[in-house]
Amino acid sequence: MNDVHGVFAIWYREYKVFLREKSRIVASIVTPVLWLFIFGGGLGSSVSIPGTNYQAFIFPGILAQSVLFSSIFFGVYIVWDRKVDFLKEVLVAPVSRTAIFVGKVVGGATDSLIQAAILLVLGVVLSAAGTIRDLHVGAAALLAALVILALTTVAFVSVGLIIGSVMESPEGFQLVSSFVVFPLFFLSGALFPIGKLPLWLAPFTFLDPLTYAVDALRGVLLGASHFHVAFDVGVMAAFTLLVIAVGTRAFERMKV
Amino acid sequence: MSIIETQQLTKRFDALTAVDALSLRVEEGEIFGLLGPNGAGKTTTLMMLTTLLRPTGGSATINGFDIVREPGRVRQSIGIVFQDPSSDDILTGYENLKVHGMLYHMPPARREARIAEVLELVELTGRKDDLVKRYSGGMRRRLELARGLMHDPKVLFLDEPTLGLDPQSRERLWQYIDDLARTKRITVIITTHYMEEVDRLCDRMAIMDEGRIRALDTPAALKRVIGGDIVKLRVRAPDVEALRRLPFVQAVEPADGALTLTVTNASEHLPELLRAAGAVDAVEVRSPTLDDVFLHFTGREIREGSAEGGWAERMMHHR
Repeated sequence: MNDVHGVFAIWYREYKVFLREKSRIVASIVTPVLWLFIFGGGLGSSVSIPGTNYQAFIFPGILAQSVLFSSIFFGVYIVWDRKVDFLKEVLVAPVSRTAIFVGKVVGGATDSLIQAAILLVLGVVLSAAGTIRDLHVGAAALLAALVILALTTVAFVSVGLIIGSVMESPEGFQLVSSFVVFPLFFLSGALFPIGKLPLWLAPFTFLDPLTYAVDALRGVLLGASHFHVAFDVGVMAAFTLLVIAVGTRAFERMKV
Repeated sequence: MSIIETQQLTKRFDALTAVDALSLRVEEGEIFGLLGPNGAGKTTTLMMLTTLLRPTGGSATINGFDIVREPGRVRQSIGIVFQDPSSDDILTGYENLKVHGMLYHMPPARREARIAEVLELVELTGRKDDLVKRYSGGMRRRLELARGLMHDPKVLFLDEPTLGLDPQSRERLWQYIDDLARTKRITVIITTHYMEEVDRLCDRMAIMDEGRIRALDTPAALKRVIGGDIVKLRVRAPDVEALRRLPFVQAVEPADGALTLTVTNASEHLPELLRAAGAVDAVEVRSPTLDDVFLHFTGREIREGSAEGGWAERMMHHR
């Protein structure tokens, strides 16, 4: 079976659905903006990070957060597909399960990247207006950020789809994914520097793949990262390959 | 070679044998009906034939391809209209068909031509750019029929195709299906609870029960198996024994205050029958229907329009 057409067909469907659900796009932009202004502005008024201001410091973290949330929650659509029977139509088509998985990943990643791109543009605007200082908004920095975000979203859409492939109900999915999403977010250093963590916390933070995404984004957008950006990207790439492998397996076994 | 051939096809779920050594052949261009009460195994049979479920024994080919060894080729050869809606309601009718064409790897030019053709066939051309959620139940079913046909399958599977449709929509759908088989030589496999549907459409039918085929023939031949006409009598003091002694009476079944008799050549023997029955309040004579056939082979009435979910749904519970 030649499967590229299958991947493309699934992607096309996901993309069309995404464009129809405008409220999803709006909601996915509003939440990070609230974090940036209310949390960043509020806490930033009394907390300072050496070398930059707090709002600029958490901007890469908020980008990563928005991609993390939208990517993992994308997994709920596979649960809906099963409930609403669209999946049957796909499963009896001459397309492999792997192609279906990859198509879904690319579809979900497209959604998240469009949202991330809107947030990046917002960052550029806020920099120009002087609201957020110290952000690198040159073409090279933005492009590098998008590449890191692409890797991040592919990884976490896969995670979401793995969860979705075993859940029977959307409610169950919400519950389980919350247990995954919040620790990933809070441990990642999206909201704090990871250089001087207490000994009990550091191992958890360094086990969290999102830590490396946030660190890499800080590297390219603020010029300051804990690890070398290449190392961060390497860790993310390895994690991405792992979850794609697991996800492909999960789709092979998925019950209709 | 027959378009569909199964040999000792079997599916066991732990202790339950859902399909028990099923062997049948369906010829090209036939409309073949699969009837049975819920749990008879027709669902599981369909799932195996459409490659969604692996058999535990036996084998089957569709269009010459083995359902286990060549699932990709089997899938390319078949189209399916599921019992439950399986179109995307947030996409337009056209977009649903386009996604289908892409999944089946149709070249764009042929895909667009086929979309126009099948939309015309099911009379949805004017509504193709409306979201499917604005469609009525009948329109949606027609769209799914169009979709199942788009890639020119050799075999079309229809699972309870008219369940929940109003009489006009049902009649329209029957017309399309009939035309397809007659003019395009597409083989159609229908599972249904509606005897009327089988009578109207099917060249041959199989009655399944407990994983086995109880009867397989043309609807007319199966009705002849009953071997007579059905006479219903409402009698005040029924003398069942006297009626049974009449040479032309084959069977007498008392049922809620009336007697149901199977009678050879009822129009000729009716006067004699009535004399033997004594005081009769009401009498009804009719030819046997498929309901009688079903009752004869399974000992059960078929329940029309069962609310049970589609077969792929039930597969989820099987596993």
